[in-house]
Amino acid sequence: MQQQHNVTNVILAGIGGTGVILSSNILADAAFYAAYDVRKSEIHGMSQRGGSVSSDVRFGNKVYSPMVPDEEGDYLVLIHPDELENNLYRMKKDAIIIDISLIVGESKDLNLLKTDNYNPVNQKNFNVCLLGALSNYLDIPYDCWQKAIFSNLPKKVHEQNKGVFEYGIKLKESVKQKA
Amino acid sequence: MKKLLFGNEAIALAALHVGINLGSGYPGTPSTEILEYFSEFGGKAQWCPNEKVALEVGIGVAYAGGKSLVTMKHVGLNVASDPLFTVAYTGVAGALVIVSADDPDMHSSQNEQDNRNYARAAGVMMLEPCDSQECYNFLIEAVRLSHEWGLPVILRPTTRVCHSKSIVEFEEKGYSPVFPEQYQPDKPGRVMIPAYARIAHRRLREKLAKIKEWNNTSNLNEEIIKSQDLGIITSGVSYLHVLEAEPNASVLKIGMSYPFPSEKVCSFTQKHKRCIVIEEGDPYLVENCRYYNIPVDEKPEMYRFGELNVVRVRRILQGITTPEPPIIRGKPPRLCDGCPHRATFTVLAKLNCIVAGDIGCYTLSVLPPFQSTDTCVCMGASIGVGLGLRHTLPPEEAKRVVSVIGDSTFIHSGIPGVIEMVYNPPSTGHVIIVLDNGTTAMTGMQEHPGTGRTLDHKPTNQVKIEDVAKALCVENVVVTERISDFQRELLPALENGKTNLIVMRKTCALAKKKIEKFEEKRLEGETCDAATT
Repeated sequence: MQQQHNVTNVILAGIGGTGVILSSNILADAAFYAAYDVRKSEIHGMSQRGGSVSSDVRFGNKVYSPMVPDEEGDYLVLIHPDELENNLYRMKKDAIIIDISLIVGESKDLNLLKTDNYNPVNQKNFNVCLLGALSNYLDIPYDCWQKAIFSNLPKKVHEQNKGVFEYGIKLKESVKQKA
Repeated sequence: MKKLLFGNEAIALAALHVGINLGSGYPGTPSTEILEYFSEFGGKAQWCPNEKVALEVGIGVAYAGGKSLVTMKHVGLNVASDPLFTVAYTGVAGALVIVSADDPDMHSSQNEQDNRNYARAAGVMMLEPCDSQECYNFLIEAVRLSHEWGLPVILRPTTRVCHSKSIVEFEEKGYSPVFPEQYQPDKPGRVMIPAYARIAHRRLREKLAKIKEWNNTSNLNEEIIKSQDLGIITSGVSYLHVLEAEPNASVLKIGMSYPFPSEKVCSFTQKHKRCIVIEEGDPYLVENCRYYNIPVDEKPEMYRFGELNVVRVRRILQGITTPEPPIIRGKPPRLCDGCPHRATFTVLAKLNCIVAGDIGCYTLSVLPPFQSTDTCVCMGASIGVGLGLRHTLPPEEAKRVVSVIGDSTFIHSGIPGVIEMVYNPPSTGHVIIVLDNGTTAMTGMQEHPGTGRTLDHKPTNQVKIEDVAKALCVENVVVTERISDFQRELLPALENGKTNLIVMRKTCALAKKKIEKFEEKRLEGETCDAATT
């Protein structure tokens, strides 16, 4: 069976209200600004009520299905650490997983972000930080990311989120693989 | 101009560009955002009490010569089906496009009905977009077709089309809505007494025959010839899965699935050794093929359930019928922390009530820790079902029965149930509990007539639920805001043999801040009015 070539498959996963939709919008827009064909798909509605939420973003020369086929995910961005198990089956064997442990270490304790130790990263904006870490692996120019962040967030938090994104870029070293 | 848009956003943008006079609808996932975007883009949009009224308003707009967009989820079309079947007969003067957003796999619905069956049953043209570009193009084409043939058109996106983003190319110029100078009457065409309706039905079938002929050559149905061996016939988002799953096959994508372009399909099948239909949901295209004796293979029954995707399409093409790996769905949704329904259902569970429930966030009370909703069928069903239980169960059991319904659902279709309670009261009486959280919470906090604010959150006349109940002659109507008061009122009401309606009023925890802001604006507006008069 022939697979689609040159398509990058990113899955973002979390719990309703944690910023899954926002971060997937930023990623999809960044890829769009970088002149890729882009499709993004998600399920929301009842899932707002504290349930699992995930969003698929696919980009490349030409993308067909809006949903990442099972076992074809290249990158998994975990916006809530509990969602790992629910999404592993959708990833390639050598997929790269980007999660909160990059920022706070193996405890994966989101509460650590309440402190000033990770300034400017906090509980609200760490999803943008994870996108920064993801950006190291994707062929999307920095200015496209910046434009996408600015177009999805209110002006008063632009500079802060730019800083958070750049904080994420520097986290490359500790990213790990699925296998 | 190129933009990355949701399907719903693309429909709204097209509605703006094509000059829709009025968008009307009732919120329902996955259709809700269409009217919200349309309003945000500058179009005139309104929430109606239910889908039937929304469609009737739309029919009026189109009779007057305007262009009308009516939006709803798939089960909404059940509510609106009464006017649908007859507006097919009367036709319209301007344009009438109904969006029925179907929800295969029931991401946020009580069933996964396939509304292509409505198009065939009612005799209404149906277009099926596969992505945001087609949402844009097909809405414009639907308006054109509706006006040209003087008939309504249904646009049927599905959840994956509504809630997916893809690139849309469009021209930025648009048309402003045109408002007619006067009413152009057509009594034989619009008054469906039997004598006129008999003529109207024949007229409809004649038109549909012509449209079918046109559809056989229309560019809404796209043919890609790549092979003489395998041809795939498909529609909607399945088309995209097919292109990815089997890039070497020929494909016929049906954009207008009713009237069915049988000649087009027949000639496609003749070019290939084997043809298979890949469609989500019911075997609608397959059954049409069978009717016209077009030889096609179909998906095994196991793929009727849920959505299709690339992996499932590969399995269908390979004829695999072994059990599929179970879908991992993760954490189910639950009532939010701080949700006022939590306390209410704790009381109902404690009192061991039999709860005839309804459609809304509160349906989630069926899950642990509450497990206190016993039935949920469709919008408004709580009241009728509760009454039926009371009529039939022995008195001691009957006295445990309550009907629980939300504020928006009450307005949608709860009111006739209240009338039924007053008119045919069970011997043990009955208790209706209206959970009034001040918003249509489950679909994303939309306004409704009970909030006193319009779709774009501006003040308007307010329908007060307790006043409605009193006007309908319910014997005991009480409004409670604290859970202790609620429990104190509920206990005697269960046993008093009267007709009771208890409003439990507490604002949705998620909507609270927003509602406070809207209300501040209303007060500012009222002060300004007072200052100028």
